[in-house]
Amino acid sequence: MNQGTINFIFKTADDSFIFGHRNSEWTGLGPFIEEDIAFASMAQDKIGHAWVLYKMLNEHAGLEDAEKLAFYRDINDFRNAHLVELPNGEYDFSLLRHFLFDEAEFLRYDLLLNSSFAPLAHMAKKFKGELKYHTMHAESFMIQLGQGSEESNTRMQKALDAAFPYALGLFESYEGESEVIAEGVFPGEEVLKAKWLERITPIIAQANLKMPDLNVKPIFGGRQKQHTEHFAPMMHEMREVSSTDPNATW
Amino acid sequence: MLEERVKEILSAIYDPEIPALSVIDLGMITAIVPQSENAVVVHMIPTYAACPATSFIQKMIKEQLQEKLADIHCEVVVDTDIHWNTNRISELGKQRLKEAGIAPPPKVTAEVDREMLLGVPCPRCGGVNTFLQIPFGYTLCRAIHFCKDCNQAFEQFKPVAND
Repeated sequence: MNQGTINFIFKTADDSFIFGHRNSEWTGLGPFIEEDIAFASMAQDKIGHAWVLYKMLNEHAGLEDAEKLAFYRDINDFRNAHLVELPNGEYDFSLLRHFLFDEAEFLRYDLLLNSSFAPLAHMAKKFKGELKYHTMHAESFMIQLGQGSEESNTRMQKALDAAFPYALGLFESYEGESEVIAEGVFPGEEVLKAKWLERITPIIAQANLKMPDLNVKPIFGGRQKQHTEHFAPMMHEMREVSSTDPNATW
Repeated sequence: MLEERVKEILSAIYDPEIPALSVIDLGMITAIVPQSENAVVVHMIPTYAACPATSFIQKMIKEQLQEKLADIHCEVVVDTDIHWNTNRISELGKQRLKEAGIAPPPKVTAEVDREMLLGVPCPRCGGVNTFLQIPFGYTLCRAIHFCKDCNQAFEQFKPVAND
């Protein structure tokens, strides 16, 4: 496996892993019990997807096992986009972020169905079927709240405008991307971004929301292993048990 | 025959999250391959990529087989080539789900969409005046619906496609 592909799998896994953790923070705090369950279930799926991807790095690139890559890797090696590490904030922001992220995630796996790297193509089928429920969930609440009261519409718009530059950061290039494209592993972040915009534009309109300015400056850095001030404290909390007792089992 | 005996044992091993269904009903078993007169390999697949019960079920199957087939060497391997989907659930499995108060999944022929989750028949009263509350439930494989005929929430084993 070439370095570009390793980087591609790493960043995709890191996005799922970190976003899964953020989703899990809604457990017990959702605005109503069904949302509690939804975010907890999505967290489980995301962390499961990250696990499969880390395992792929272990099996095909000879890297450490999945648990090591997730819980013991230097935090300065993480390449997740800033979008997924931001604190949950209010429910409106979490929902909008979930919408923007999962629409991209679903399309990413749709493109991966044709990957020249067989393990990715194979896994993409399964992930897509599961992610379908994530996008369905996001769309249904976004449309209901966007079309709801003046207050809910205003809050959704504000959250959309705040999350959008970070969402554009999902498509930041990474080292070795040209290799990944040339070898047919993935058609590239720009291709995905175009498909994503095409997909989210009508849904945003249906939710009575205004599409943010597409020329806004994307917030990059995650793919270059740079992070916001929220990242380190979150990792510290996530690893509290594993760093206290590295041999803990359950 | 060894294969038949193994199948019979597997039919009585239940999913810890849906105790109404055996691993056979769920379609989790992809092959039972006798290696000789006294050795067998059982192939299984997880339902969800993140199913926390996979290794537990694998262990449970091995223990049960080993206990009931004392003189036979049994191995249980996880198949990575085959993806599980809800069409793999047997007719008997669907019947058992219904009896347990969980609406069985409809047959999936294309990508799952919202329409497929509307008007799901209520497993209690059979009414179709129902709506999807949320596409998630108490385990990864379930969704929560509400029946306006009997005024109660119910669970559905939600349809999952894999291509």
